[in-house]
Parts: sequence; C-alpha cells; structure tokens
Amino acid sequence: MSQLEIKNLHVNIEGKEILKGLDLTVEQGKVHAIMGPNGTGKSTLAYTLMGHPSYAVTEGDVIFKGQNILELEPDERSRLGIFLAFQYPVAIPGVTVANFLRTAINARRRAENPEDKGIPIPEFRKLLKEKMAMLKMDQNFAGRYLNDGFSGGEKKRAEILQMATLQPEIAILDETDSGLDIDALRIVADGVNTLMGKDLGVLVITHYQRLLNYIKPDYVHVMIGGRIVESGGPDLALHLEEKGYEWIREKYVEEEAAA
Amino acid sequence: MQEKPKVIVSRTRRPETAVKGFNFTEADIRAGNDFVASYRASAWSAFKRLPLPDTSLEAWRRTDIHALPADKFKFAPEGAYKDLSPVREDLLRPLVADQHGGQIVLLPGGVKVELDEKLSAKGVIFTDLRTAEEKHPDLLAKMLGKTVNVEEGKFSALAGAFARNGVVLYVPKGVTVEEPLHSVLWGPGPDIAHISHILVLVDEGASVTYVHEAASPDLKGANSMHASIVEIQVMENASMKFVELQSWGRHVWNFSHERARVERGGSLDWIFGAIGSRLTKNFSELDLAGEGAQGRMSGFYFTDGDQHLDHDTQQNHLAPHTTSDLLFKGALKGKSRSVWQGMIYVAPGAQKTDGYQANRNLVLSDQARADSIPGLEILADDVRCTHGATVGKLEQEPLFYLKSRGIPQAEAEKIVVEGFFDPIFQRIPFEGVRERFQQYIADKMS
Repeated sequence: MSQLEIKNLHVNIEGKEILKGLDLTVEQGKVHAIMGPNGTGKSTLAYTLMGHPSYAVTEGDVIFKGQNILELEPDERSRLGIFLAFQYPVAIPGVTVANFLRTAINARRRAENPEDKGIPIPEFRKLLKEKMAMLKMDQNFAGRYLNDGFSGGEKKRAEILQMATLQPEIAILDETDSGLDIDALRIVADGVNTLMGKDLGVLVITHYQRLLNYIKPDYVHVMIGGRIVESGGPDLALHLEEKGYEWIREKYVEEEAAA
Repeated sequence: MQEKPKVIVSRTRRPETAVKGFNFTEADIRAGNDFVASYRASAWSAFKRLPLPDTSLEAWRRTDIHALPADKFKFAPEGAYKDLSPVREDLLRPLVADQHGGQIVLLPGGVKVELDEKLSAKGVIFTDLRTAEEKHPDLLAKMLGKTVNVEEGKFSALAGAFARNGVVLYVPKGVTVEEPLHSVLWGPGPDIAHISHILVLVDEGASVTYVHEAASPDLKGANSMHASIVEIQVMENASMKFVELQSWGRHVWNFSHERARVERGGSLDWIFGAIGSRLTKNFSELDLAGEGAQGRMSGFYFTDGDQHLDHDTQQNHLAPHTTSDLLFKGALKGKSRSVWQGMIYVAPGAQKTDGYQANRNLVLSDQARADSIPGLEILADDVRCTHGATVGKLEQEPLFYLKSRGIPQAEAEKIVVEGFFDPIFQRIPFEGVRERFQQYIADKMS
C-alpha cells in the first residue's frame, strides 16, 4: 500500500515563505480533506506536490514509493502515480481530449519501454468509451480541443476523465475556491465517488465545507499559516461549518505565542 | 543663459569589404524568340543598373545581405544533376491527394516532366519553361512579365534575365483539374545559382490545385543561392489553390518576387510553408484586381540556428467588394530571426472591401527574434480592414499542465507549438500538407 508522506515542508514563492513546516500523510484508499481560510497556502501545497516551477521548496521531503518526489520533474511524478486535478486547467488548443489522453498514456508506456509503439487505437477507443460511460459523459466531448472554450463544469469533467484514464494512486484535488459553483462541485464529487477505491488516495483541498457534503472524507485537516494546525475525523468539518475558523485561529495564535 | 546643447557626433565604420557583385554576363542569357528575348533584354538592363539591395532600403532594413558571396555563384551546366545528390524520394510523393495529375522535377541542368494524358487532352499545359519557350511561345506572351516587374529589384531582374528553367501552368477556360499538379525544384550542389521562373494562368471559370516545392540538401560551409519569380493570373471566376513549400539547405540564400493577380469573381487560396535556407527574402503580393475577387494567404514558418527568414506581403485591393485574409504564423529557435512586413492597400474606389492581416510569432529561445510590422494604406472610405501582430514566448502554465499528466518536457513543448500553429492548420484544406507541417515541427523541435 503506497502512501504520500509530506514531512516538514517549507515552500517559498518569490522569496516569501508560504508553507512553514507542513506534515501530512495520505494513504491509498483514504480521503483526506484540507480546509482553511483563504491565503493560507492550500493551493501552494497542491502545486508544490505536482512540481510547479514557481514554487521553491526550501526544506522538507515528500516521500512516495520510497522516493523523494521533490527531486522529480512533474511528468515523472505523474508517471509515478500522482495526479493533480487543477482548479483552473489551461486550454490546450489544437489537441483534442482524446489525442491528449492517448499522448499521456503513451508517455507512460514509453517511459517503461522506450521501444513501445503506443496503445493500439482500437484498445484506446474502447478504454476511453468505457471511462466516459462510467462518468456519464457525452462521447462528443472526446473530439473537442482540451479545455478550449470549456465551461467551468466541462473543465471539471475533463479533469475527472483524465484522472479516470490515468488511474493515479494519489489524486490531489485543488478545489480551493470552487465551493460557490454547485454544479462543478457535484461533478468533481461524483467523479471521485465513482473512482474511489482501495487503490486511490485522495487529498481534497477546499475552502468551503460544502464540498464535503458530497465527498466523505476519512480525515479532515485544518491549515492555517502554512501548516496543519488541527486534524480530526469528518465531524471536524461540521464543527468548522458551525463555528468558522476563528476559534481555531485563536487557539493556533495562542500556541504560537506560547512557543 | 541657456547652455548650448552638446552635439555628439559618432561615426560607425562600415566594414571595408566591399559587397561583391555577380559575375553573370549577357552571354549567360538563354536565347529565345522575339518576345522572350526582349523580356530578358529588359531584365538584363535592369540587372546591370540596379544595385544589390542594402539595409538603407526600407524593404531590406532588417535583412542584411552584405555577406552574400555573389561573385562565387555559377550556373549549373547541362546535366550537372547527374553528379549531384539525387532528389529526395519523399519530395516526389503526392502531398494533397492520392496521386498527381502531373509532376515536374527541376534539377540543376535538367528536368523531368509528366502530365496525365487526360489533362493534356483537355488543353491543360503543365511543362517546364524551356519546353514552353519552344512549343508555346504565344502562351508565354500572355504570362511572362505580366504580374512581376523585373524592375522591382536586383533579384527580380536577375531571375527575369537568367531563369535556368521554370514551370508553366495553363488551365483553359472552364476546365477543372481534379488531381493536383506538383513541381519540385531540387537544388543540390555548392556555389550554384538556381534561378527559376514560375508562370501560372488559370483561365476564366477554370480551377486547379498546384503544389510547388523547393528543396536541397544541407551543405555545411558552402553557399548557394536561389532567385525566383512567381507570376500567377487567376482570371474571371477561376479558382486556384497554391501551396508553396521551401526547405532549402542552410547554405542557400533564397530570394523571390511573387505576385498573383485575381480577376473579377476569382479566388486564390495561397499557402506558404518555409523552414529552410540560410536567408530568405520573399516578396509576395496579392492583387485583387476585379470586383468580388478573393484571396487568402496562409503562412507557416519555423526557423532555428542562425536562419533569417523575411516575408514581405502585400494585399492590394484594387476593385470594390474584394476580400483578402492573411495569417502568417512562425516559431523561432536558436539565434534565428524572422521578419514579417505586411501591407494592406485599398485603392481609391475599392469600396466595400474587407482586408485582414495577422502575424503571430512564438519565440522559443532568448536569442531568437521576430519582427512583425503590419501596415494599412486605405484610400477608400467604405472598407473594413483589420490587422494584428504579436510576438510571444512559450508559456509556462500549459507546459506544466501537460507535464503534470506525465508528458515529458520536449513532447509538451511540441504539443504547445502545434497548438500555436493550429489556426494555420485549420486553413489548410490538405491533410498531406498539414502532416508535412507537423513533421517540420517535430524535426525542428527534436
């Protein structure tokens, strides 16, 4: 059973420290939710785990399958089994959803065997058809340019379809702001619930408790000031919904002052 | 008291190496009948009179040819191709259909011509310039010097006077040529001046697709040159699709003057693909001469190393209700440089015209540079003309997105570049040409 182990992670953006010693372990088969007020570094965590070049890790390790993935390029992390569902996926004009997925699958195959000729087209079509049916998606979707002119909901669908096709072991869902768009939120939640199983570990990042009405987390973590300050079960989320972040912030600030 | 402004005089010394001139003489001009001879005599006279262009001329301001070893170039003697590398097989394959209606291969000192008998029976003429000079003198009189003036510059005069060979395409009134016609100019060998003249006349109501491709191997440390004139006439209600590709070797200095005139109700779909040469200066002009004439120009270029490609385009709206639509897109690597300079001209009285021009560049290295200079000159008052020019870099976000799906950097870059060119692919009605451009991208990015 693989797990993603984040240890004492410190991250800077343009010289400013955003993550200040974050520890967290996400196991396959479990759903972890990270919640927290705006500006606390939640998206930074998501991008850092995937290896975005703008985020500089100054300290700490992220261990997955015995490797410190911080030393790997984003594409290597992906092929190792990590997936990031983007909050704002970019448009890739000129590449259809289908061709894009085939390219991504073939990149995986070639990384294992440089001589690989790529997934045979009929096999790929069958795979894509199955995944789209499973996610109740219109087959026409596969022929559109990736994210190009997609609505918010369509972008979410495209992310979930990619996740379904690439079958990661750890998926990070950056849903920091998307709590306001109920449709998009449902799409993500339905997708995760469909794909959830013992082989998939999920780290869902959100600002709003509402997403957790649709995805049932096994663990809830509260992030403030670039660190996890409180962890608990699903009831922690309900507690936050009721009381907001203030009580926890106060507690955290008191601790900080005492330290 | 005001101080007198300081006057600073700075002198920049030009390199003392004088620009070498061509050694071609009147004796190098091929003989022809009266009409051809008089055309060449006027070209020769212009050639003698006109200087090699330098950067003091507006059109050449960004393209410096002072290093052109003009005195080194020779014409290839008869049969020279037999001792040079043979034409690449892949260039001979059909690009826009399963098979050709005809194919011409122009070689240094030689030529091969094939034309489907069914087309010759319909009166279609598709042959090399030398053959046309012998067999179709009356036709040449309707084509030679009709759109490009040899006085336009040193290189048009050079090509007019000394064309070694070329292509002559005539499609008679009302004839539709279904299968595309294809010509290849193959220019191997060092120190050679390849000079070509392409003549096309698509008569009233006729239609044709023509692909012309110029290419050569790469010869390191050598120099060769190509100068050409391309003259196209699309007559009333005729239509033409013209695909021009160049993949000259890195040792080739490439110059061309091209002009298409489209008459009333005619249409021209003109596609350019350029990836080769050491330096290219190409003048391409579209004259929309008759009411309702339409022209579309689509350009693809990709430079690397120290290549320098300069495309100078002109869309001339000379009659009312004419439409032009130009999109040139280029990517640059290494220390290469591209120049696109475009002009839409609307003549007085050319009302209700619609002109569009856009040039987009993707600069893939810090040392590459793209210059993009759009221009409008509008002398009518009821027109719609728009233009745009951009020079951008590869964006990080799409690359990160692609990599996050397991696609390695190099392949991710290729996908983003292909996406950049997609609007050009969308305009190309031929799968084979799109595939060729994709191959160009793959080769340039590997």
